[in-house]
Amino acid sequence: MSMGLLRLLRGNKASAPVARERLQILLAHERGLRGQPDLLGVLREEILAVVSRHVTLDPTKVIVRLERGDEVSTLEVDIEVPNDFERKRAAVG
Amino acid sequence: MAKVLVVTSGKGGVGKTTTTAALGAALAQRGDKVVVVDFDVGLRNLDLVMGAERRVVFDLINVVQGVAKLPQALIRDKRLENLWLLPASQTRDKDALTEEGVGKVIDDLRSRFDWVICDSPAGIERGASMAMRFADEAVIVTNPEVSSVRDSDRIIGMLDSKTVRAEKGERVEKHILITRYDPSRAARGEMLTIEDILEILATPLLGIIPESQDVLRASNVGTPVTLSNADGAPARAYIDAARRLCGETVAMQVPTERKGFMDRLLRRRAA
Repeated sequence: MSMGLLRLLRGNKASAPVARERLQILLAHERGLRGQPDLLGVLREEILAVVSRHVTLDPTKVIVRLERGDEVSTLEVDIEVPNDFERKRAAVG
Repeated sequence: MAKVLVVTSGKGGVGKTTTTAALGAALAQRGDKVVVVDFDVGLRNLDLVMGAERRVVFDLINVVQGVAKLPQALIRDKRLENLWLLPASQTRDKDALTEEGVGKVIDDLRSRFDWVICDSPAGIERGASMAMRFADEAVIVTNPEVSSVRDSDRIIGMLDSKTVRAEKGERVEKHILITRYDPSRAARGEMLTIEDILEILATPLLGIIPESQDVLRASNVGTPVTLSNADGAPARAYIDAARRLCGETVAMQVPTERKGFMDRLLRRRAA
């Protein structure tokens, strides 16, 4: 009995063409993204640079998060500022 | 003129170390002087696959950091006098690989060998980028399976942008090596075909290594598969791939196990 007929009787289709199509769509998308600069990384660096001009920060406590929605996206910036910041500033000033 | 070849994949478990050992041995058997270098710092395994695990004294990190001289760390293969191994460290972490240090070691190896074959760790982190950094050519090991093909595509992107050659506006010559291929499953539409993979990755083919029990048997005993059963299907496929790396034109085929009369008879009965 030929493999094709066997498959027909079992009712399962070849899965390789599905794999091929999924890969082609996915990779077309991923290759498009590859050349672009890392937007979040750039934002994080620049925000960190601006804020640390005025406040001494722990760079690991700066979190920048981008959430994509259907209508709008939100950019969330979470910066932890040490509590003794004002006092230090007063002492210097 | 020495060539630096990286064996890479992105995905783990596809056969990078097996391929490094097999191609290294096949090239050495042709008479070229070959060193295989393990870049998988912390998880070294090339020593084990090559059967040299009990002879490791110094490693790549020791040489990079100047603790040992290169000749002290190189281990000569017991079977092939043209084949050498530079093992990875099992204790240090991958951050010990500095670009400057690795560059110096690669330069030194270039002056001593015809082929410097770098066995990349899986992933796209520091170890993998250091393994490919100074490469002239790359073998991208790919299984006929979606996640492996996707990761290969990512690695191709890195080879085209993050290597010294790419930064100088030159090309790293890239080759796809398909491993664990089962022609009968591909024919039944159960597995991506060679044509599918090559079309998706748009990179030339170096060879097709069929799925075979020889590969596990070879690593069990610590012998490159090209030496453990030189007549077996994977060995012949690797030997052909090595010939292509040397510029020879070899017709592309999937070697199959040579079955004797009894094998066929038994198989028919079993089926």
